[in-house]
Amino acid sequence: MSALSFNPLAAVLLIPACATVLLAVLPSYRLSARLNVLASLLTLLSAVSLLVDRPAPSQFLMVDDLNVVFIVLSTLVGFTTSVFSASYIAHEIEIGRLSPASLRFYHAMYQVMMLGMNLALVANNIGLMWVAIEIATLSTVLMVGIYRTPEAIEAAWKYFILGSVGIALALFGTILVYMAARPVVGEGLDGMTWTLLIQRVALFDPALLNVAFVFLLLGYGTKVGLTPLHAWLPDAHAEGPTPISAVLSGLLLNVALYALLRFKILLAANPGAIAPGPLLVTMGLTSLVFAAFMLYRRRDIKRMFAYSSIEHMGIIAFAFGMGGPLANFAGLLHMTMHSLTKSAIFFSVGHISQIKGTQKIADIRGLTVTHPVLGWGLVLGVVAIAGMPPLGIFTSEFLVVSSTFARQPLLALPLVLGLLVGFGALFLQLGAVAFGEPLGSRAPAKASHVPMFAHLALVLVAGIYLPGPLVAWFQHVARILG
Amino acid sequence: MGQFDFDVAHLLAGGLVLISLTMLYQDRLYALIRVFALHAFVLALSVAWQAAIQNAAHLYITAAIALVFKGIIIPVALHRIMVRLGIHREIETVVGIGPTMLAGIGLVALSMVVMLRVTAEADSLAREDLAFALSVVLLGLLLMVTRRNAVSLVVGFMSLENGLILAATGAKGMPLVVEISVAFSVLIAFIVIGIFLFQIRERFDTVDVGALDRFRGERR
Repeated sequence: MSALSFNPLAAVLLIPACATVLLAVLPSYRLSARLNVLASLLTLLSAVSLLVDRPAPSQFLMVDDLNVVFIVLSTLVGFTTSVFSASYIAHEIEIGRLSPASLRFYHAMYQVMMLGMNLALVANNIGLMWVAIEIATLSTVLMVGIYRTPEAIEAAWKYFILGSVGIALALFGTILVYMAARPVVGEGLDGMTWTLLIQRVALFDPALLNVAFVFLLLGYGTKVGLTPLHAWLPDAHAEGPTPISAVLSGLLLNVALYALLRFKILLAANPGAIAPGPLLVTMGLTSLVFAAFMLYRRRDIKRMFAYSSIEHMGIIAFAFGMGGPLANFAGLLHMTMHSLTKSAIFFSVGHISQIKGTQKIADIRGLTVTHPVLGWGLVLGVVAIAGMPPLGIFTSEFLVVSSTFARQPLLALPLVLGLLVGFGALFLQLGAVAFGEPLGSRAPAKASHVPMFAHLALVLVAGIYLPGPLVAWFQHVARILG
Repeated sequence: MGQFDFDVAHLLAGGLVLISLTMLYQDRLYALIRVFALHAFVLALSVAWQAAIQNAAHLYITAAIALVFKGIIIPVALHRIMVRLGIHREIETVVGIGPTMLAGIGLVALSMVVMLRVTAEADSLAREDLAFALSVVLLGLLLMVTRRNAVSLVVGFMSLENGLILAATGAKGMPLVVEISVAFSVLIAFIVIGIFLFQIRERFDTVDVGALDRFRGERR
């Protein structure tokens, strides 16, 4: 391949990098909002082209069947969120909540975050992956604190400290993996290159790998938001700008989970190492049940959906922990559906809280009357996230539950309990918000509804009919995950 | 590798654990920061020694970062922040010194047991280094949970990170060590700037429940 020809892998990284520089210098926020959308669209297109044209793995970067799913999903949500963000920030400028200077910063950080996440996903080196996740985290910390209110700074600070400790533990785990690999693979970069590690992992010292995985689980698990390491997540979701809540839930949690999955594959390929599955199952179930109960007494609408994200990350971690083709398939599908649905919900919640001027659930009432489009969008999103048929999450939750009943019936009990409790909580809260006596401003919404309904349409289609090639693809990836 | 090389590396790494334990019972912020500067200085020596015996020139950069950034710049900046926030006279005792020290000793013992057992096949220098590094990491975490002041939180995090750098340099031939230490320096710089700009004085555990409700956005 000549140097001039189009290289989609480089494009996925270079487009956000160049866009960051441009957005950092452009003064006009209208222009930068459009540029942000354009850059995200181009990144999405390059990511899609990775599906057909896949470069061979190099020492630092690689694309395989597993991560290409994550890349396409995260660039897709990155693009739709940038569209939503454009209309969201126009309103924030109008009411003077954000200044043009901080918006310039916001847009530049948005692309830094996309760069960090894409780099983490395509990294073939476990050290590089660690650095990339740190970049993505730092940029989101800065965006969470962008409103400069005491609450926002508080949330950003908490996220920062907990995220830093998490990232430090993950690094210790990464060093231990290198220590385990060094006698077998050799010194230097080879000892951290994932494609080389996976070939020879059966010969690694299992005891060292076990300890490494514990650190990686604690470290990256903090970023996934698994209970008891989730404390940063609700604050970061509630106090930051809503587009950031959407990408945190839809993307960043997935990227951290992806890092965990990579190491799970490593451990599974070593005959002497502990099975990583039960650890993930335990943390997943704890998160699911804990978050489901926490959903009841939420008074802030964004915090409520943040807890719902913890619940769903719990389900996904549980499914991947169960392992096997069916549960892995369900986990992948659930991850995709959750990303799409949760970001759609945040798109709707973002506009709603802007119009009503509050995030308090008690002050948001009767949305289907005051704002039918947004209100029904929210209803549809909550129906989807609660796992009602015929939407996509029903399919994936059904698969998780049925595969658990088939293999570990006892584990299915807390799983179903968590799902039902969460289900009840969401509908209890939704009832008043959507259908209660109308409260608050009736000002028309200057919102772009396209991203929200595009996501919900995808979720609906996936619930009714999953295209054959997609099923085959997911089944193939599920087999890789073991 | 000669016995002397090993002994010096062992001495320096053990010295880091000792200084970490010393930090646990500093109840004055000034003293804590001075002890941390010593911690960074010993880390720089240890990394430089590893660079010499491993013939790894790039590790000298990591040693220089440890010495200049963490040994000098950050302590000076933290001093200035303390004066600015008016917390330079504060004494903090969240948990008693006795229990903290006992917990610290327990953590050191734990990391020795865990690391020496699982690294039975690695060479002796790397084994000892990892065991010491894990002790420093855990002691850093302990420091972070027993303090409530933002400045001592940062000192705890930095000593934790020193443990990571010790582990990374002890793992012979590990790539990206310099990049990782630069990444960490950026992270720490952000934290320190954050404290400075937003005047964050304390961690979030406050006895005022009303404040807690406000922070959580839960008040009706």
